[in-house]
Amino acid sequence: MSRYIMNRISQKGRRFSPYFVALLAVLSLLAAGCGNDDDPQPAAPEQTSTPEAPPPAPTEDPRGDALGDGSLGIVTVASGESVQIRSLNAISGPVAFLGLPNQRAVELAIADYGDVHGFSVDLGTPLDDLCSSEGGQAAAQTIVADEQVIGVIGTSCSGAAVAAAPLVTEAGMVMISPSNTSPALTSDFQGNAGESWSVGYYRTAHNDLIQGAAMANFLFGELGVDNAAAIHDGDPYTQGLALAFQNAFEELGGSVSGVTGINKGDTDMVPALTEVAAFSPGALFFPIFQPEGDFIAAQAPTVSGLEDAYLLAADGLLVDDFLALSDSEGMHFSGPDVRFGANVNQSTGQNADQILAAYDQAHGEPPSAPFWGHAYDAATLLLDAIAAASWVEDGDLRIDRAGVRQHLNSVSGYSGITGTLSCDDFGDCASQKITVISHESSDDIEASKNNVVYSYP
Amino acid sequence: MQLTTKQRTKVDWFLTILRVIALVVICAGFAAFVAQMIDSQNPFARWANPDAINLTGEQFQGLVVTGLAQGAMYGLIALGYSMVYGVLGFINFAHGEVFMVGAMTGAVTSSKLAEAGYWESSFVLCLVLVVVLSMVVCTVTAVLMERVAYRPLRGKPRLIPLITSIGVSFFLQNSVLALLGSTVKSYPDLPDWLTDKRTFLEIQGSKILVVVVAALAMAGLWYLVEKTKTGKAMRAVAEDAEIASLMGIDVNRIIVKTFAVGGAMAGVAGILWGLLFRSVIHTTGFLPGIKAFSSAVVGGIGNLGGSMAGGLTIGVAESLGPLMILEPLGVSGPSQLRDAVAFAVLIIVLLVRPSGIFGERLPPEERT
Repeated sequence: MSRYIMNRISQKGRRFSPYFVALLAVLSLLAAGCGNDDDPQPAAPEQTSTPEAPPPAPTEDPRGDALGDGSLGIVTVASGESVQIRSLNAISGPVAFLGLPNQRAVELAIADYGDVHGFSVDLGTPLDDLCSSEGGQAAAQTIVADEQVIGVIGTSCSGAAVAAAPLVTEAGMVMISPSNTSPALTSDFQGNAGESWSVGYYRTAHNDLIQGAAMANFLFGELGVDNAAAIHDGDPYTQGLALAFQNAFEELGGSVSGVTGINKGDTDMVPALTEVAAFSPGALFFPIFQPEGDFIAAQAPTVSGLEDAYLLAADGLLVDDFLALSDSEGMHFSGPDVRFGANVNQSTGQNADQILAAYDQAHGEPPSAPFWGHAYDAATLLLDAIAAASWVEDGDLRIDRAGVRQHLNSVSGYSGITGTLSCDDFGDCASQKITVISHESSDDIEASKNNVVYSYP
Repeated sequence: MQLTTKQRTKVDWFLTILRVIALVVICAGFAAFVAQMIDSQNPFARWANPDAINLTGEQFQGLVVTGLAQGAMYGLIALGYSMVYGVLGFINFAHGEVFMVGAMTGAVTSSKLAEAGYWESSFVLCLVLVVVLSMVVCTVTAVLMERVAYRPLRGKPRLIPLITSIGVSFFLQNSVLALLGSTVKSYPDLPDWLTDKRTFLEIQGSKILVVVVAALAMAGLWYLVEKTKTGKAMRAVAEDAEIASLMGIDVNRIIVKTFAVGGAMAGVAGILWGLLFRSVIHTTGFLPGIKAFSSAVVGGIGNLGGSMAGGLTIGVAESLGPLMILEPLGVSGPSQLRDAVAFAVLIIVLLVRPSGIFGERLPPEERT
């Protein structure tokens, strides 16, 4: 019997058995090696990464007037090491146009800001939020695994923040987003926290309640349209903005008769457009992204009932690739007020022109989305907060996590590239200025971007 | 396999119930729609959805035309799936990406031509050039794919090339992403005669063009397969590769030709896509690929005419279904369910006619 089996094995494995045995041997060696490496780790954690209790007060308090009560732990940056912050933005996939400028602006801000109490600042490997909740969650888990990290600039997309913000903030870190605009992440401005609000989450981007209201006021008051339709793509950002627009428009006395959704990846928009065309709306608001926005802009005028409707979009489509399409001519776009003019970031002393010049020099192209200024301000706010909540003791830098939040909560009248920033109780720090532009020619995108026809509030 | 009533199993009952439910839902939705169109105030029109909308004749026609144009494109892509399946008996999932490569090639070359000013001055010549280039690139891609990924797996169980094709699909998608970046590539503006609505039935020129080109490609393919020597050889290989090689047919060569023809069809479809929708991104091939595969199955896989008919069926169904059946039934956001409608058509067809509308054409050993 056993001989039979041996025969079978030698027959079947004639060509492979020596390799197979060698492979097994190597694998078992590797496994043993890994085991040895793994075992002692939990016993000896990195000394610098443990949050420590506040140091016993010596005769002369080295803390000075650094903010914080130590309740969220104190991070020690050893002499010669760097202060760790992270960038978490959509840097791959179709929404990379939004995240890449954010990340690059953060890099520029760190370079302009310089050291914090003589310690350099390290952004680590840029992380990707993939513009999805799964991506946000995975990246947030990577971030919180490193206990040296003080704060995160990100995410790019509201959908990613919903998953990432709780993880990051529960670890005692802060998160400042340059481009999340969903009202659910902060508040409704009436004192009610949004359903996805986390303590320790801040943003320098506007709240979409303002953007929805801006578009509604512009449409109702300036264009004189009282019957509108809206299309979203199921994403929390687009859905939230369409809803904010609808509520504001109906409050003004208009009616939003057709609200429908499409799917990301759809190309034939005629059915969805026909659905809203049945109400003969005077305007169609579609706060979505490319490429679906391209298809709506191209197909809407061919659908009976929509030929003369105003086409309106939001900051998601306020990108060069979309503005360069002739189909987008004649459209109106709401978005953050990007006429930064002579605004100066008070922490670095740089203005928008200087930053844009540095950006162009480093990357050979202008930013592809309008939130680079918000990202720059977010980074300098974070660095200011770290500076205010840290002190040097025995050659090491000690950062009080609670102090970082304390500083951000108290930000008021901060002069940034995007205007004057003040943080409210729910983390909304933006200047909340929205403009509507009228896009006249796809040949001169810059002229259109500066062609502001309405400002709100 | 005719079962008497006594022999019916629980599965058969379950399937019958499913068929009846599908039929009832479709009929109810359609009846409500018809009732609405006859008189929007009649009570039957509003029993399920008090806010039901009315379509004007023009809007209805718009839906049908756009569905036909989209369906013709699914059909063109489906031809590639069907041909490879007919000859090799496996599903080449990467075919949708070959189509995307064609659309991308078109976008890149046409914008270069537009920059140089030729696109506007001699549009037809440019279009021909772009189509030819796209066909060449797609053919090369398809042939390389066969040589590198599938030929080494010839004779292996069919699951193996199937999974390989999914890998090839990701490889192509990410190669395009790495080469051309993640931004949306757009075709330059088309001349007025393509974008304006024609006097004939008020249909956009580009949609007419898509349907006409699809019909021509279909006819050419039919001629190739049914009337030429190569076609005869293809059919022989499909029938029995071993015996075909005994008869002096170079099987590898025929298989390469099959992939090449399928690739060329995908190239044409890619350009038509560009003319119709104008924007392309590296993930463009995925969903149309899956829908085209469904079209091939709906029409009867391996059956060329069936693939085209299947494409038109799915295209029109996903265009009309949401507003004609789901909306009158009170489903909210019906347009978001258009993919569901497309795949529901696949399921319903498989429930009623498991071999597709026109019946599949398979090698004899696979026929049941």
